[in-house]
Amino acid sequence: MSIDMIQIVGFGLISAFLAMILKEQKPAFAFLLTLVVGAMIFLFLLDYIVMAFQLVETLANHAHINMVYLQTMLKIIGIAYIAEFGAQIARDADQGAIAQKIELAGKVLIVVMAIPIFNVLIETVISLIPG
Amino acid sequence: MGYDVDTIFQIAGIGIVVAMIHTVLKQMGKEDWAHWVTLIGFIVVLYMVATIVDDLFTKIRSVFLYIG
Repeated sequence: MSIDMIQIVGFGLISAFLAMILKEQKPAFAFLLTLVVGAMIFLFLLDYIVMAFQLVETLANHAHINMVYLQTMLKIIGIAYIAEFGAQIARDADQGAIAQKIELAGKVLIVVMAIPIFNVLIETVISLIPG
Repeated sequence: MGYDVDTIFQIAGIGIVVAMIHTVLKQMGKEDWAHWVTLIGFIVVLYMVATIVDDLFTKIRSVFLYIG
């Protein structure tokens, strides 16, 4: 794990340096380079995220939690990660407006995905109220 | 790393070489050719970027969203 961290830091530093050089010549290429670096680091981290998720799934299985809730939660985490990635890339390209729209879309989709859970919660509360 | 670090150097190299060719062609007075070279270089890099981003999205779909 610690070797991986060193790899990522080295990778990031090299790509930051290359992007710096490229930005003076062709800014568009520098943007694409940043995008690739972001995607590659994310891909690299996904294997570890899978490991963490497996732990959460085992815990949920032991606690006999309905898998639908866990899946919804993981989907929400996924949406948050993707939205953050896209928004940061867009902000890097000096498109703050697009970045904010991506974040807004992420928020809206997260709320929509949480609607079934909210419904269950509200029904539970209503059933608790006597009369 | 999952991907080769070569990809980064390839993209940076293509960028620098394209910038060089652009400058040389501009000095020779062939502006239109210079623009075509830039465009083609950009398309090549864009193809590489699209491949990697596609791979990322496929993997995210399988990990987070339980699709595919």
